[in-house]
Amino acid sequence: MTLRTATIGAFAAAGLVGGAAAADEIKVGLMFTLSGPAAVLGEQGRDGFLLAVEQLDGQLGGLDAKIIVIDDEQQPDLAASRARELVEREDVDFVVGPIFSNILQAIHGPITGSGKFLISSNAGTSNYAGAECHPNFFVTSYQNDQNHEVMGAYAEREGFASVFLLAPNYQAGRDSLAGFKRHFTGEIVSETYTPLGQLDFSAELAQIAAFQPEAVFAFMPGGMGVNLVRQYQQAGLGDLPFLSAFTVDESTLPAQQEAALGMLAGANWAPDFDYERSREFVAAYEERFGSIPGTYAMQAFDAAMLIDAAVRAVDGDLSDADALREALRSADFDSLRREFTFGHNHYPIQDFYLTEAVQREDGKFHTSIVERIFDDYQDTYADDCEME
Amino acid sequence: MTNLLILQLLNGVQLGILLFLVAAGLTLIFGIMDFINIAHGVLYMVGAYLMATFVVITGNFWLALPVAMAAALLFGLLLEYTIFRRLYERSHLDQVLATFGLVMIVTEGVRMIWGSTPLSVPIPALLSGSIPLLGIIQYPVYRLAIIGTGLVVALGLYLVINHTRTGMLLRAGASNRPMVSALGVNVGQLFAFVFAFGAMLAAFAGAIVAPVLSVDSGMGASVLILTFVVIVIGGIGSIKGAFVAAILVGVVDTLGRSFGPILLQMVMDPSAASQTGRTLAPMLIYILMAVVLAVRPAGLFGGRPA
Amino acid sequence: MSDAAARRPRRSGLGLPTRHMVAGALFVLLAALPFIATAIGDPFLVVVFTRILVFAIAALSLDLILGYGALVSFGHAAYIGLGAYCVGILSRHGVTDLGVHLAAAIGLSAIFATVTGAIALRTRGVYFIMITLAFGQMAYFFFVSFAAYGGDDGMSLAQRSTVFGSDLLRDSTTLFYLTLAILVGFYVVASALVGSRFGRVISGTRENALRMQAIGFRPFRYQLVAFVIAGCMAAVAGVLLANQAMFVSPAYMSWHRSGELIVMVILGGIGTLIGGVVGAFVVLLLEEWLAVFTTHWRMGLGIVLILVVFFSPGGVSGLVQRLFGGNR
Repeated sequence: MTLRTATIGAFAAAGLVGGAAAADEIKVGLMFTLSGPAAVLGEQGRDGFLLAVEQLDGQLGGLDAKIIVIDDEQQPDLAASRARELVEREDVDFVVGPIFSNILQAIHGPITGSGKFLISSNAGTSNYAGAECHPNFFVTSYQNDQNHEVMGAYAEREGFASVFLLAPNYQAGRDSLAGFKRHFTGEIVSETYTPLGQLDFSAELAQIAAFQPEAVFAFMPGGMGVNLVRQYQQAGLGDLPFLSAFTVDESTLPAQQEAALGMLAGANWAPDFDYERSREFVAAYEERFGSIPGTYAMQAFDAAMLIDAAVRAVDGDLSDADALREALRSADFDSLRREFTFGHNHYPIQDFYLTEAVQREDGKFHTSIVERIFDDYQDTYADDCEME
Repeated sequence: MTNLLILQLLNGVQLGILLFLVAAGLTLIFGIMDFINIAHGVLYMVGAYLMATFVVITGNFWLALPVAMAAALLFGLLLEYTIFRRLYERSHLDQVLATFGLVMIVTEGVRMIWGSTPLSVPIPALLSGSIPLLGIIQYPVYRLAIIGTGLVVALGLYLVINHTRTGMLLRAGASNRPMVSALGVNVGQLFAFVFAFGAMLAAFAGAIVAPVLSVDSGMGASVLILTFVVIVIGGIGSIKGAFVAAILVGVVDTLGRSFGPILLQMVMDPSAASQTGRTLAPMLIYILMAVVLAVRPAGLFGGRPA
Repeated sequence: MSDAAARRPRRSGLGLPTRHMVAGALFVLLAALPFIATAIGDPFLVVVFTRILVFAIAALSLDLILGYGALVSFGHAAYIGLGAYCVGILSRHGVTDLGVHLAAAIGLSAIFATVTGAIALRTRGVYFIMITLAFGQMAYFFFVSFAAYGGDDGMSLAQRSTVFGSDLLRDSTTLFYLTLAILVGFYVVASALVGSRFGRVISGTRENALRMQAIGFRPFRYQLVAFVIAGCMAAVAGVLLANQAMFVSPAYMSWHRSGELIVMVILGGIGTLIGGVVGAFVVLLLEEWLAVFTTHWRMGLGIVLILVVFFSPGGVSGLVQRLFGGNR
């Protein structure tokens, strides 16, 4: 039972001939959801990371990079088992991933407990930002609530008197609405939770029409978001401001298309972010994979660059975990977001933006930055983290 | 409140109609051929993907629909010829195993051909927009069209089954299969016809729902379970049962989601009501099925326990 | 031959002695696994196989009712989840003893199985499949909404269950042997059960319920007891799964998992007990092995399933029988 030592051909490290000592090599396990309906998000993460390694000539921090790609199949028990496989059998130095919060909860213990580093390029749950923060756990994305907080703050500033909230009935959905309400003081006409995976939103849309709120805030990731946005337009609600997070993004826009135009979202980046390095990344990703990268790809790319910079800072000496951790904490890399630092809980301190779905001249859809909402924003759980 | 109720009823009926289109084929295949087809849901998915493809190729919804249906029919016949035909005489469990395998193959095949990103189909101009209904509340024309189409199909099925020779054979086959073959009917041909027709109905449901729902590789699995719920509540083999059960499931699911918490607020405080409501909402159709089966172990219109 | 008889599921023709020999050989091989793993320099195999053994236990318990009673439960994963949540919830409140976890899991699942089984057993065939699915889904959605214990995110365990206050199970090999011992124990118990008068009533009811009633048995009670026993065994598997993954999630009880268990049992060969075990090994090892080559591994597994049905009636056990000409 050899494991997926799928050092993907085109990306394979320029192998050193002869008895290259293991010390000249850095092993990174990528754990993303790569099968099933949610695979599109995991594929972005994987491709973003591999693109970075490719641009670094198959190296990370000057060491030949051996990348092991693992599919967590969105099954927490399998993910936990494969995470242990990565650290115990493959002896990787870093694990990067996953997309989903429940997978993060399952793999966090096995990886950090073994003394390896786990770098989450997407999921950022509140427990690991606060009381359960861990020295070997870093997040290059955000704390899960933050994109929702952006929209709450925006709704507050715009002075919407009443907002209708909509989210799937699971942990992330409940966190999302809690995040929105953190900065919004207006009236919440309804907090509606739908069963996870619900495809038809006619019941909820009828309620929205009946309540006549001044705006709608929704968190409906993946296929649910595609359905909601299209049905929202079809129900004739197009004039009602639609605020969202993880609902209108580069993974759903190819299917939402015109229906999403003008819809607003909270994000820490968008493909048209005004920064030279970011533009280069978007162009390279599009050329390589044929689609516009979303934040999932951007955050994984940054995770690779973070590792690269940290390993370089310790001169490739992976044996000194403390020095490596310090190097990671300094986050001394050129982020696609221009400014990026870690808080003491190893979650990012970064800017957040209001984005809008737009169509490019070549017909493709993407999110576009409208304005900055938060400056150097840190999550609200950091105070509970006792890490220095 | 009354307006909302009527609107939600319409929504429930529309969901029910879709479920009926998928369930009709499944209950016929099950009732007449005594065949458990786990792969019925993937035909629905394939219908949607074919529609998405042909809309792009032809650029016209009305042209794409018949082409997609023809392709789905061919696909159904291909499956019947290569796989299902070998399974008719096997046990239910073998059928489950083989068609489960088929689900995996087709689902992965779809991902390999069309990728993981969801696709979509635009609503045809003729049916776009909403019409005012009951004062301020709007209702999408396309959804009304789905309801209308479903009712026409249901009526057509009713006429075929109750007033034609084929229908007579189908009814006879559903209640006593050995007798039909003893009467000299070519059962093989009848089976192929039923299967291909059922496949096309499921694909049709997938195709007409494509403008409303996202087209992705998970859509087959989600509809499959609901469809089985429908045919079991209705009673296996009964088209009438499938229709009644489909509408019932659609309406209960839709109304439960929107009015459940409101009703619960009458007996408990609001926060507990909303918590209980959202715990119960997704369970409602399963509770409905459990209650129906506890009272009528062969479903509402089921003649014999399968 | 009547139509019904021709379409009856092919039971493996493996004779009892042969079957026990196959099982014995498999168990001995498994007992040697930690040594083999160390010898070939891959101790991690122990962790992988512990997870497989857990699902083998669950599949064995399902075969007890599916294979012998023709009770195709499509909600069997719910019991795995119940067992796992007993570990998660009790541990959260400071009760970490394995004995308490097992007792709670068995007690809770016995209650759940008695109540749902009493209703479900009023139905037959596909109606039974669907009503068990309904109860499984209710359990699933209950835990998805159960925010106090993580809801959909699940809950991670700080440590494994303790045995009389000691953390014996920290060691992967110990957990492996505990799991293997439980599997062997359940196999022995289940074999004794199906060979007993009780088991013959269950199989007799599968063949002809009316006849059993006519000769004075009340099949319902026997079937209910079998249903409860199978549920309790699956709950024990759940306790072990929570310990193996150190994580508890509603995902353990989704209908996909119940479907996978059914596939394992049919693939391995129904009504053989060891078939479920073999099926679990085949499915999970194929998954691991095919995933090495492609993320589209599900297509490979699907092809294998169809080929087995086409060319090997009776599943893997049937194949073994034809290859080695097992005595009937």
